[in-house]
Amino acid sequence: MVGVSCANLAKRYGDVVAVDGLSFRVNRGECFGLLGPNGAGKTTTIEILEGLLEPDAGDVEIFGLTWKGHERELRQRIGVQLQETQLADKLTVEETLRLFRSFYHRGRTIDELLRIVELESKRRSWVAKLSGGQKQRLAVACALAGDPDLLFMDEPTTGLDPQSRRQLWALLSHFRQQGGTILLTTHYMDEAETLCDRVAIVDHGRVIAEGMPRELIASLGAPRVVTHQGTLEDVFVALTGRHLREE
Amino acid sequence: MAAPVKESIDRGGASHPLIELSLARLREFAREPEAVFWAFIFPMLMSVTMALAFPGGGGKPALVGIEPGPRAAAVRETLAHAPGVAVRDIRPGDQARALREGEVHLLVVPTEPPAYRFDPSRDESRVARLMVDDALKRAAGRGDPWSAREEPLQVAGSRYVDWLIPGIVGLTIMGTSMWGIGFAIVQARMRKLLKRLVASPMRKSEYLLAQVAWRMVLLPPEAGVPLVFGVFVLGMPVRGSLLSLSVVCLAGALAFGSLGLLLASRARTFEAISGLMNLSMVPMWILSGVFFSSSNFPQAMQPAIQALPLTALNNALRSIVLEGAPLGSVVRELAVLGAWGVGGFALALRLFRWR
Repeated sequence: MVGVSCANLAKRYGDVVAVDGLSFRVNRGECFGLLGPNGAGKTTTIEILEGLLEPDAGDVEIFGLTWKGHERELRQRIGVQLQETQLADKLTVEETLRLFRSFYHRGRTIDELLRIVELESKRRSWVAKLSGGQKQRLAVACALAGDPDLLFMDEPTTGLDPQSRRQLWALLSHFRQQGGTILLTTHYMDEAETLCDRVAIVDHGRVIAEGMPRELIASLGAPRVVTHQGTLEDVFVALTGRHLREE
Repeated sequence: MAAPVKESIDRGGASHPLIELSLARLREFAREPEAVFWAFIFPMLMSVTMALAFPGGGGKPALVGIEPGPRAAAVRETLAHAPGVAVRDIRPGDQARALREGEVHLLVVPTEPPAYRFDPSRDESRVARLMVDDALKRAAGRGDPWSAREEPLQVAGSRYVDWLIPGIVGLTIMGTSMWGIGFAIVQARMRKLLKRLVASPMRKSEYLLAQVAWRMVLLPPEAGVPLVFGVFVLGMPVRGSLLSLSVVCLAGALAFGSLGLLLASRARTFEAISGLMNLSMVPMWILSGVFFSSSNFPQAMQPAIQALPLTALNNALRSIVLEGAPLGSVVRELAVLGAWGVGGFALALRLFRWR
């Protein structure tokens, strides 16, 4: 069963080619990671898949449906977390969730959502007063409000401290165990190794490698990895020829 | 026969999106002390300033300056007893400034016969000239062939200040509606909150509708402050019904709310939205009859001026407040406001940039 599929996606901004003939598919119940250095085209790709950007060329299907003609239905079935969204500072956690929950025709109750993301004690706090990790968990709770079948996460743990990252990983693992499908972007290889069943490494708007993290590490071969056990990061650096840049 | 199956919608304890979206904006506003302060203090300040400029009671006296000279004392003595004239001495070097700044309306040079220095293009100077001339000639022994019986009337509603207040109400509705909506939308766009919202199943039209709808809660205090001030402090009569007045205020707020949406539909920065707001509001401050009647402008401009939403709002408010007109006689104005409201909203929905 196909969750997400895209074929020959292309998008350019003026002279800059952001996505250049990109194709992959995500099976239902799978956690799929788009890896790549900053500027590789990950965010553009995920926003096309989320139906927020129109591609210049290529096809997108979510659960076998295209965005054209099925937007209302698809929006009810997916959950989205965007990289740069700042939720309203002066609403409380509960008010923010109520707002997002009101858009969905079915889904979890506010109390359930608060419990899942462990923000019950922050229920009446203003968003402005939350820590980075708490804000990100609230963003995930907003994405989960409609009890989605598919979750899009764009760099969900960028800028978080190790504890908050692990908390978020647990949340996403739980969602997957319940049968949900996840498509996430990240430039943390340990995140991809922990969460993803399969990954696609993207650079210059193209998929340059795709497979299970283990396979990709194995494909690198022994000679390259001499000082330690191979990691996905070795694969990444070998393929993109660039070093990871932290934001 | 099977009854039509109505899809049951479970919002998990949340209300209709329109209500939640409106509540969210209302809460954000109420938690922004500066926004609350300005929303209510601005009409208050306008009203107080008006009260200071137009104190109740009789008209303003004619301000007359007297140049020093041998006969100055006699002239001053005569004019001091003339009703409606206030006299003061003006040094020769100070004359031009005193006349220019309206400190005196007329300057008397106490020669034999006296000379008057004044600017004939100023109404109050021409009045002062007549009053002074009359008082001095009378004192010089002029007899009157007869005296007319005077019947002074103080008709509330015919003073300038009565005419002005409905204009201030219109101005307030325009300003608060447009600023309140425009800035909030640009802020949400800058924070990428709009983009997040359209990634959810929210209906775009409901978001835009809510931005206008929540402001209606603020309408009674915003329009009410200058009205109450006008009635209780300045003695302005309200001849029409409160219901008619409310309907017109509501129509005005909806029209300017839509206009606010339209201006904010593409702006990405506060600088951009401020520019657009001023560009659209400043001409209406001048053209739409807030401080002086729009009939001062040439006939050729009238169709355009009458089509402006602030002109329609001010005209309708004045008809109801000052003439006691029923709603039926301001249908044209309501239609103009309705057209701006519906047209502006439809256009905003088309042009709106969510990213």
